[in-house]
Amino acid sequence: MYARPVPAALAVRGLAKRYGAIEALGGVDLDVAEGELVGLLGPNGAGKSTLVKIACGLVRASAGDAEVWGARAGTRPARRALGYLAELFRFPGWMSADELLLLHQRLSGSEGGERERTELLELVALRDARSRRVEAMSKGMQQRLGIAQALVGTPRLLLLDEPTSALDPVGRRTVRTLLEELRARGISVLLNSHLLSEVELVCDRVVILLGGEVVAAGTPGELARPRGIELETDGGTRLVEGTREDVPRVVEEAVRAGARVYGARVLTSTLEDAYLEAVGGETS
Amino acid sequence: MSAVPVIVGYVLREALRRRVFAVVLFLTIVFLVLFWVANHYVHNELRTLQVPQDVPVDARTFASAFLTGLALFATMFLGVVLAVFLTLGAVTGDAERGLLQPLVVRPVGRSTFLFARFLGATAVTAPYVIAVYLSAVVITGLTMHWWPDRIATPAIEIAAAVAVVTVLSLLGSVFLSSTANGIAVFMLFGAGLVAGLLGTIGHAIGSTAIRHASTVAAYMTPFEALYQDALRQITASTSGLTGFLLQLGPFGGAYVHGWGVRLWALAFLCLVGTAALLAFKRRDL
Repeated sequence: MYARPVPAALAVRGLAKRYGAIEALGGVDLDVAEGELVGLLGPNGAGKSTLVKIACGLVRASAGDAEVWGARAGTRPARRALGYLAELFRFPGWMSADELLLLHQRLSGSEGGERERTELLELVALRDARSRRVEAMSKGMQQRLGIAQALVGTPRLLLLDEPTSALDPVGRRTVRTLLEELRARGISVLLNSHLLSEVELVCDRVVILLGGEVVAAGTPGELARPRGIELETDGGTRLVEGTREDVPRVVEEAVRAGARVYGARVLTSTLEDAYLEAVGGETS
Repeated sequence: MSAVPVIVGYVLREALRRRVFAVVLFLTIVFLVLFWVANHYVHNELRTLQVPQDVPVDARTFASAFLTGLALFATMFLGVVLAVFLTLGAVTGDAERGLLQPLVVRPVGRSTFLFARFLGATAVTAPYVIAVYLSAVVITGLTMHWWPDRIATPAIEIAAAVAVVTVLSLLGSVFLSSTANGIAVFMLFGAGLVAGLLGTIGHAIGSTAIRHASTVAAYMTPFEALYQDALRQITASTSGLTGFLLQLGPFGGAYVHGWGVRLWALAFLCLVGTAALLAFKRRDL
């Protein structure tokens, strides 16, 4: 007997989307594995939101396939397995946080009841705002409520489109902690964000889109490239070519040459450098 | 389908919170008060009115039926206003505001969602239209001591007419922004009413071409056909010169009527509803 292969949380193959003459996606391949946190980067108009919308069934693909846990994107089983926070969303201002979560529990068929709502509000640090109306919340609170809403029904795949755009540093850290906890629970996350530092901190893997195509992909470590060794000596600071493995040799050579070495630091490019290199400085 | 009552409840609460009800309730009270005043003055005038002996017209029936026809029109208009405001942004408008996406990604199904929106709007408009119309009938009945020949059928027919406008508004909301959809639906509603009035003129002057055009227009806008049928029901048993004069007036003439119209209106509602569901299913959000 052979065990059936476990489907990816999100599997995208040759995904294309055209809006009239505009090609938003031109054949994208992407996988998000179980418990994996993948960051989706790219300039405005790169096709990130379109990809996420196809994955959750809001937009129909022109070509290619997208599957959520083996179910075609947009079908009921696929939607049952995912949670989604849109980039531009709004909740009815007259609803309280608790009522909103209750509505989504009913629509998703969640049987979590009040316990689930309490847990979700605690998770996004909104426990004290349970009865507060959405219209009385700050944008940041609404965004955190949006994340709680996306988590209703314990989805196995979370699609987050710019979830931290309106958050202050504390709010961003709350979301970062939340994402790490979700990963620990085995929930897969596709995080679409412009905040490279956030992505670098939490994502297992990064995919960079440009003009509807994947131009770079890998772990943040793989994307970051060595830039040399910064050597601090009595003669000043200088940059020497080499990687971490070359540090003992470089220091030894400097000492042998009569220099007093105060420090050696391996320099690597940041995700931002890798991103800028991949997109060629392009912006919309 | 278990999500239907949830969405219907959401629509009802949204309508309450958006103060649509408050505005419509205010307008309704104003209308009913003015209607009572009109009935009161007409009743006083009728007491002093001397109809020549050789003219076989029942002035009280004529005036009361005319006023009830006017109430029928006003009720349908208010019902249409309510229906349009409840549905004009159901798809494109709500999608543009970001309200729709979090709801439709849930495993509910777009068909279920739109059907529930229709049910929610109709659950508001139908009782409203019936209640306002019956209130007007009671006002006329108590003031003028006259009751329509049929009471329930016209009430049901204008509720159905508003349901037809509701489904048109939902279809429009799939393609048009809220403002554009509101304008389009009200223009269509107005066009239907104008066609009905044109038909009355056509019959009065004996123009076959105008009558034919009016009939075609009534079938293309079945809410107008239902309204005409409802008007006819008010004076279904009124005959003689009184009946003839009512047929000439704008609130008594009905040249498209009967079960054919009612069944066609039902079929039209189903067709437009199906078109809205199919269009919504294919709509990128």
